[in-house]
Amino acid sequence: MPSATASPTQTKRGSSNPFIAFCQSSIGKKIIVGVTGVYLIVFITGHLLGNLEIYLGQDHVNAYAQFLQGLGPILWLERAILIAAVVIHIVVTIQLAAENRAARPQKYAHYNYQAAKPSSRTMIYSGLLVLCFVIYHLLQFTFMTTNPEYRHLEDHLHRHDVYRMMILGFQQPIISLFYAAAIFFLAAHLSHGFSSVVQTLGINNQKVSGFVSNGGRWFSWLIFAGYVSIPVSILIGLIK
Amino acid sequence: MNFKLKVWRQQNENTAGQFRDYEAINIPAEASFLEMLDIVNEGLIARQEEPIAFDSDCREGICGMCSLVVNGIAHGPGKAKTTCQLYMRRFQDGETIWIEPFRAAAFPIVKDLIVDRSAFDRIIQAGGYITARTGSAPDANSIPIGKTVADLAMEAAACIGCGACAAACPNSSAMLFVAAKISHLGLLPQGQPERTSRVRNMVRTMDALGFGSCTNHYECEAVCPAEISATFISRLNRDYAVASIREGLAARG
Repeated sequence: MPSATASPTQTKRGSSNPFIAFCQSSIGKKIIVGVTGVYLIVFITGHLLGNLEIYLGQDHVNAYAQFLQGLGPILWLERAILIAAVVIHIVVTIQLAAENRAARPQKYAHYNYQAAKPSSRTMIYSGLLVLCFVIYHLLQFTFMTTNPEYRHLEDHLHRHDVYRMMILGFQQPIISLFYAAAIFFLAAHLSHGFSSVVQTLGINNQKVSGFVSNGGRWFSWLIFAGYVSIPVSILIGLIK
Repeated sequence: MNFKLKVWRQQNENTAGQFRDYEAINIPAEASFLEMLDIVNEGLIARQEEPIAFDSDCREGICGMCSLVVNGIAHGPGKAKTTCQLYMRRFQDGETIWIEPFRAAAFPIVKDLIVDRSAFDRIIQAGGYITARTGSAPDANSIPIGKTVADLAMEAAACIGCGACAAACPNSSAMLFVAAKISHLGLLPQGQPERTSRVRNMVRTMDALGFGSCTNHYECEAVCPAEISATFISRLNRDYAVASIREGLAARG
């Protein structure tokens, strides 16, 4: 074998600025993806809690929507952080994925997975599918580009009738089915993402690892159940 | 026992390789995988053919020299063992067995199934040591260390540096190896003075050598002959984050 005592040669030098060096390192990038992931998990949980207000009736949903719109600069700050988190999460992941592909130029002819789960092996695809869904979701309910008629919905207090908008949207079985499929991919992404975040942020250890991976699965399927219960309730006429 | 082998043959790093078919005839069930290859090679040599090149040394699971990906599993099927501890009785008579080298950009192929794993030596040179003068062997327990910590450090120290973790990782990441090394020193009082520089230098050398990064599939843990837990990678991530913060603070003031 070639000399094992060769001096440490660096093929690429890291930056001398500690912050840049951190952001360029593999673990630094993983931590960035993890931290933005945590923000997105918090957002997804908060968004679900907001959506579940549909079970409390029209007044609650519309009042909550009006409250959010009334936050003004705070709402825009939250939106700015959210957009930044999404962009950074995706850009840094693409960098990592490219590095990881380059690290294995010649694939195995016969690879036999021992531990990797479908959710962990499809993170990049589930993530991209969720991104496609988010774009459609914004066009449907936020910008109302796909359904301009939603803009004129008002309740008896002349507030924007978000409650009616949700019902009209999910009364279409195709839209609900597409929504459920998208939430399934989101849950798959979270199922691996949740435990990955704990591992990447350095909180995991041998005592808690079983709890963390089970917790991740439970969390993601609760998120799935919570989101999908809404179109199901609307389709079976529980919410009218 | 008889087997059909599909073996990766490659002249050197710069030539293309391919699978070649071989027959392994009359192999005793108690032969180890490497002994089976020895028997096949004796036949090849007798027929004036080039024997299959593969790595081995101690053949008792300690040295970390043997490699091979057998039927798509680094070190072959079964838990907590190296290729030399894999026995032919584990396979079906007449089975087709795929034999590939460890594949990673950072482990260039020397010939056939032999890869150059000196990248791991470079990572060790970047920080896998302590600078305290150790002199002759000190008295046992001259530095008291709690049992939990001592056990955990010992678990990490069990790493034999074989490279199966990087071979099994879909990203060819060496993070289980690096995690084991920084943990075994970083958990103990003797390893504290260089704890920050160690993790920083070892991780950056690992990156520079072209290893990928962990995406938490835990394929590494599944094939590790020393059964190093992937939770050590979480410790590596934490130590690296802390080291980066310290480095940032030091640069400011």
